[in-house]
Amino acid sequence: MRARAPERPKTPAAFLLMALAAVWMALVIVLPLVNVLAEAFKQGVQPYLSAIVQPDALSAIRLTLTVAAIAVPLNAVFGIAAAWCVTRFDFAGKGLLLSVLDLPFTISPVISGMVWVLLFGAHGWFASVLEASNIKIIYALPGLVIATVLVTLPFVARELIPLMQDQGTDEEIAAVTLGASGWDVFFRVTLPNIKWALTYGVLLCTARAMGEFGAVSVVSGHIRGLTNTLPLHIEVLYNEYDSVGAFGAATLLAGLALVTLVLKTLLEWRFGDELAANRRH
Amino acid sequence: MTVNATPTPGAVPLATEGYKPPKATHKARVLPGFGLSLGITLTYLSLIVVLPLAALLARPWEHGLDGVWQTISDPRVLASLRLTFTTSLLAALVNLFAGLIVAWVLTRYEFPGKGLVDALVDLPFALPTAVAGVSLCSMYAANGWVGSLFAPLGLRIAYTPLGIFVALVFVGLPFIVRSVQPVLAEFDAEVEEAAATLGATPLQTTLRVIVPSLAPALLTGFSLAFARAVGEYGSVIFIAGNMPFVSEITPLLIVIKLEEFDYAGAAAIAVAMLSLAFLSLLLVNALQLLLSRRGRA
Repeated sequence: MRARAPERPKTPAAFLLMALAAVWMALVIVLPLVNVLAEAFKQGVQPYLSAIVQPDALSAIRLTLTVAAIAVPLNAVFGIAAAWCVTRFDFAGKGLLLSVLDLPFTISPVISGMVWVLLFGAHGWFASVLEASNIKIIYALPGLVIATVLVTLPFVARELIPLMQDQGTDEEIAAVTLGASGWDVFFRVTLPNIKWALTYGVLLCTARAMGEFGAVSVVSGHIRGLTNTLPLHIEVLYNEYDSVGAFGAATLLAGLALVTLVLKTLLEWRFGDELAANRRH
Repeated sequence: MTVNATPTPGAVPLATEGYKPPKATHKARVLPGFGLSLGITLTYLSLIVVLPLAALLARPWEHGLDGVWQTISDPRVLASLRLTFTTSLLAALVNLFAGLIVAWVLTRYEFPGKGLVDALVDLPFALPTAVAGVSLCSMYAANGWVGSLFAPLGLRIAYTPLGIFVALVFVGLPFIVRSVQPVLAEFDAEVEEAAATLGATPLQTTLRVIVPSLAPALLTGFSLAFARAVGEYGSVIFIAGNMPFVSEITPLLIVIKLEEFDYAGAAAIAVAMLSLAFLSLLLVNALQLLLSRRGRA
């Protein structure tokens, strides 16, 4: 079987299709991005700069980074463990486990936030226990973290599982046979083989963790300077008609999205083979 | 579970083909770490996914079946479900065509800046929904770049169901493109040449030979975009206007119930929304099965 190579457009139909695609991409994808910049700099550079260094914005940035710094490593370790047991061993209930692992992608972010309120909120299952021991989860940092963990849970595992499946276990079994310990096998054989797929998964996971809105919005309580992550900070300012402030903060997240896209594209170009399982299908 | 709905581009089913791992019996288990990795995985999944979802499923029945029915049959809830599912369906349908054209252009033609366009397709995945939400809202408001073009015609986009549709189109585009692109890229050139040899015009080849073989991929992309749209919150609530009975989406209604501390009501609506989404996806899956059967016959 031979696939057809892309060619320069020659027929009128080809140019028509290209024009349609160009207009659609410009209108649907590019314009909203450019609009963020235009709105942020509407009143000039000075108001923009003061908008992104105001104390509430800075504390939102700090909180966003904190949440991601806790949630992403947790999901990375989980992703490696899940990929290891799913691709290296056979056991009953594996299919079910994989379905559960995919669930966070299927459910609405709002639901991913509300389930924590049902557990730890004022009328939640564990409300009395939490009150007795004076622990705050909802409307506090732990709530933001667990909501983010749930939403971003599958990212790393999803990258690693197809790749490790494809790579098989020959190299690892050889290492064990030659007397390497379990951790030696992991750090010297497995990790070098999966490092770019791991990087790719962590990248997507981080981007989503920092940009998540629906799930954290439910558990945050929108306390200014305390529980507002950057996306929630945008919402608060926008609803207060502070357009420059909202779009100023939005440029930071849009910048993050663009950096993510660039890094993702670079990884796909440079290490396409080592992310093979992801790109080939 | 047969529903295959994840927002990952080019998602592949995790079910495995090719390499078969050794059975985890005492004899065959050469590699170490089975207990540790399975232990971590099960503990983590139970605490983060299973326990919270159990709380969701258990909660609505607090006031019995009647309570659930009363919540769900509330006209405001029904209106929101109707709005959410119809706008999601329409947006996914529009993206079916737009996404097919974009995927076609990206795989069939060579042109400068192609790499950039290809990368930009993923922007809706990468751009935080709140950013998309405020930007779309200001663009389509009566004084925005696009909204001001339609305002003289008396057509308002922001703060109407049309605005919700626009936001869902933005969110859904990459799902279709990323589902179709790899299949189109690997389409066998000989099949096309055979069609041409037998006298088919390029248009006939495209519509009668290529597009039908893309149908399963198109359906996959469609169901992914639809599922995502039903649960979408961040990019919609700014532009929606959130008028009860008119432009109030179901996820927002859930948030409102939670803020009123009506946990049972919120959970009931959430379970209803999830069940409806699940049913629609089952329907799409059945259709897909039918298509693949017919393809083989």
